[in-house]
Amino acid sequence: MTSLRIYVVRRILLAIPTILILLTIVFVVMRVAGDPVSAILGGHAPAEQIERIKEQLGLNKPLYVQYLEYLWQLFHGDLGRSMIWGRRPVLVEILEHFPATLELSISAFIVSIFIGIITGVHSARNYNKPTDHMLRLYGIVTYALFIPWIGLILQLIFGVYLGWLPTSGRIDTLMEPKHITGLYVLDSILTLNIPSLISAIRHLILPSITLGIYLSGIYTRLTRSNMLEILRKDFITAAKARGLPEDTIIYKHALKNAFIPILTMMGLQFALLLAGAVLTETTFSWPGMGTFLAERIFYRDYTTVQGTIVFFALLVVSVSLIIDILYAYIDPRIRY
Amino acid sequence: MGESILEVKGLKVYYYTREGVVRAVDNVDFFMEKGETVGLVGESGSGKSTLGFSILKLIPPPGKIVDGKIIFDGIDLTELDEKEMREIRGKRISMVFQDPMTSLNPLMKIGDHLVETIMTHEEVTREEAEERALALLRDVGIMPDRFHDYPHQFSGGMRQRVMIALALALNPDIVIADEPTSALDVIVQFQILDLMERLKKQYNVGMIFISHDISVVAEISDKIALMYAGQIVEYANAIPFFEEHLHPYAELLLQSVPNIELSDQKLKYIPGLPPDLLHPPSGCRFHPRCPYAESICKEKDPPLLEINTGHFVKCFRYK
Amino acid sequence: MTPILSFSRLIASLKRISPRRGIEYCFTIIGFVITLSIILMAIFAPYIAPYDPTKRVGGLLEGPNSHFIMGTDSLGRDIFSRIIYGSRIVLRVTLLSIVISFFCGVPLGLIAGYVGGKLDSVLSLVMDAMYAFPGLILAIAIAAALGPSEITVSLAIAVIYIPTYFRMIRGHVLSLKESLFIEAARAIGARDRTIIFKYIFPNVILSIPIILSLNAADAVLTEAALSFLGLGPVTAPTPDWGMDLRMGHAYLAAKIWWPSTFPGLMIVLLTLGFSLLGEGISEILNPRLRR
Ligand SMILES: Nc1ncnc2c1ncn2[C@@H]1O[C@H](COP(=O)(O)OP(=O)(O)OP(=O)(O)O)[C@@H](O)[C@H]1O
Ligand SMILES: [Mg+2]
Repeated sequence: MTSLRIYVVRRILLAIPTILILLTIVFVVMRVAGDPVSAILGGHAPAEQIERIKEQLGLNKPLYVQYLEYLWQLFHGDLGRSMIWGRRPVLVEILEHFPATLELSISAFIVSIFIGIITGVHSARNYNKPTDHMLRLYGIVTYALFIPWIGLILQLIFGVYLGWLPTSGRIDTLMEPKHITGLYVLDSILTLNIPSLISAIRHLILPSITLGIYLSGIYTRLTRSNMLEILRKDFITAAKARGLPEDTIIYKHALKNAFIPILTMMGLQFALLLAGAVLTETTFSWPGMGTFLAERIFYRDYTTVQGTIVFFALLVVSVSLIIDILYAYIDPRIRY
Repeated sequence: MGESILEVKGLKVYYYTREGVVRAVDNVDFFMEKGETVGLVGESGSGKSTLGFSILKLIPPPGKIVDGKIIFDGIDLTELDEKEMREIRGKRISMVFQDPMTSLNPLMKIGDHLVETIMTHEEVTREEAEERALALLRDVGIMPDRFHDYPHQFSGGMRQRVMIALALALNPDIVIADEPTSALDVIVQFQILDLMERLKKQYNVGMIFISHDISVVAEISDKIALMYAGQIVEYANAIPFFEEHLHPYAELLLQSVPNIELSDQKLKYIPGLPPDLLHPPSGCRFHPRCPYAESICKEKDPPLLEINTGHFVKCFRYK
Repeated sequence: MTPILSFSRLIASLKRISPRRGIEYCFTIIGFVITLSIILMAIFAPYIAPYDPTKRVGGLLEGPNSHFIMGTDSLGRDIFSRIIYGSRIVLRVTLLSIVISFFCGVPLGLIAGYVGGKLDSVLSLVMDAMYAFPGLILAIAIAAALGPSEITVSLAIAVIYIPTYFRMIRGHVLSLKESLFIEAARAIGARDRTIIFKYIFPNVILSIPIILSLNAADAVLTEAALSFLGLGPVTAPTPDWGMDLRMGHAYLAAKIWWPSTFPGLMIVLLTLGFSLLGEGISEILNPRLRR
């Protein structure tokens, strides 16, 4: 086997205990610590109704049986059925909402990287000058920006007062492109549906900027510190000593080298991106997993809430797994 | 006497650190002629690199040129702005660094380093630049097929060859070599020194060769500048310097060099500590370690005087 | 490896902090002023607030005017008074959650680092898994499962930070053990345990204020987020910034911005106060990490 293949196998094996622990944490939180019945029915409910719910969810069995059943079901990709309306399978409902979250996350990620790198490079370049201090403050302030509040300010300015952009939803009614990937922007491009594309992008702008600004501060700091590190290296001094223009040194020599560690750190921010997406979605009524989760919490749809949390957990583990493998593929030094 | 190319007058370069002002270069005068090699020697921390970097105005913060003139080919470099300095750097004065392992951009091909440098300073097409780059690589003994390799595929000695090619790429007037062989193992050191001697003649460049090892400098230099605690204490042609060095520091230093011809190979250390440039001693900076120190040495800083033609020394013993 | 400090070296390094590092001190002082004013505001709320925050005192949704400097909400309550009283709940939850995570994370870290072996691996694995999980989503799960109350929300927030304390303390203990092991070979002196506890304090003390203030900043944001999502620690008439922001948000389209903007601004200010404090302190205490 090649060293890459060994690494991949080992990394996957290492992910298994993490997944098990996360699933156990969710189980403990939802069933052992919490009280599902009162979470579903509220405080006071007739005894027979409590019995029915217990029966329905298998809550009258001993805990370890419940735990094994829970794992067994998950192992088969079964997240249970929703407790309201059509009692649809939870996984189906989640997958319906997932593309919206993915689309928002991707575009917010792009926004944040873009802002973060520009500000970070600028900050490092003006190390210890007023510009640097301002941008460092930016890095701190953005992290303190409460997402619903940034969203609200943007909605107020660009939606309510200027009327330039929509403040809620993913697309205008009846404009959905044909379903291919579920990402409206991509689907509109694939089907060459210009009106849908415009509508989708217009809806995407404010939420992406909201989440993008919140995350950008982290990339500002990351870029700044990595750039400072690289700018102190000998090969930068050597490049200066050859009389190369400053922009060439900053972008071609330094940023390119700083980019590898920045990329490595990006993967770690995925959890923050997801958490931020939940708040952004609720602020903009963006029909993704966050809005879905908030709505089902409100309806006390216990199985769906549990299923969504499990889904988030699996998502985080798989993404970090994929990112690690990608890095190993790119950088041979990681593989052992 | 040849034509003067570089003249440093009253140069002061200080680092403004949190602990205080480090007087790394303090009132240095020296000059060099076209095509001449000056060996700049001194113990670690005496300000050799600072002096070298200040000629290119590349002193890292918190360092600053506080005072003095650096006259290169009739222009005072201290008056130039960054943009004008860029025209000088690489093209007229270039540099070879101590650690070849870290002096090349790890993400850039060897050849591209050269091409980039040539194209920055001259209006040439990429093909012409590549051709010149290949010729340069050949001159420093690197096969043309390694043009597209990355630095990590090269050994330290090979990389230093590349650095030398880079320094010579635009036929500069002066190459500043800051301990170019210190990071290499002994055999490679000799190869690089040989290469530098050969190319120096071939390209007819002047060189400031910095080293803390006086025996390395001895082989390659026309002139020797001996630095102590941020000052040049003796400056002379190489032969007179080694035969009749005047400064007590030079005397002690040359005694401490292990002489291969001597059978007992005893290494004599200079007693006392190297000076702290944050709080340099009063008067002559060498007086705490000087066997000939007198009361005047504590009080007054001796001037750099020309004792014989072209032989300068900074010591009260010579008037 | 973390450098090992003894008491005397800790004091020496604290003395070396020179007041000349302008911008870090600026950050710290601004952060300190913001945080302190909000804390004072919470303590003296009854004396500062012009009205009862839970009673109708004016017209519905009055814009900012001379009577109600921040306007009134949809039930005619004074927003300014609600903001002042709202600081109480968020600070209480923040404090409680910090205390919980500190007193869970630190002992666990000590035990894991000191005992080592299987226990350490298992604890570390659990903590790492928790650390990787998006904090807010974990908090949502806990708050949703336990049913929202001041205690459960604090607990939900505390869980997010337990791994941070755990990792820090464990790291310190391990590096101490390593260096003490080397020293022990030279001089067999005091027992391991006493040394560990004697040395742990000065080594940890430098990191604690930083983690505490960053923890506080995160706690404020998470409390606000849970309230915004309807999982907050308090119910209807009690003022809470996150909840007020959510209720005011409904009126945005009608250009009624004050019921939501002001509570949101307070969340941002308090978080910023704690973050600036943490950043400033970390820059001052750990000049190694500068640049
Ligand atoms: N960036 C800096 N900040 C503060 N002080 C510095 C800096 N660089 C050098 N110095 C100080 O300036 C003095 C001269 O340093 P320099 O590097 O020029 O000496 P050197 O003769 O080249 O020594 P070496 O043989 O070790 O390379 C030293 O005392 C050093 O501590
Ligand atoms: Mg040096």
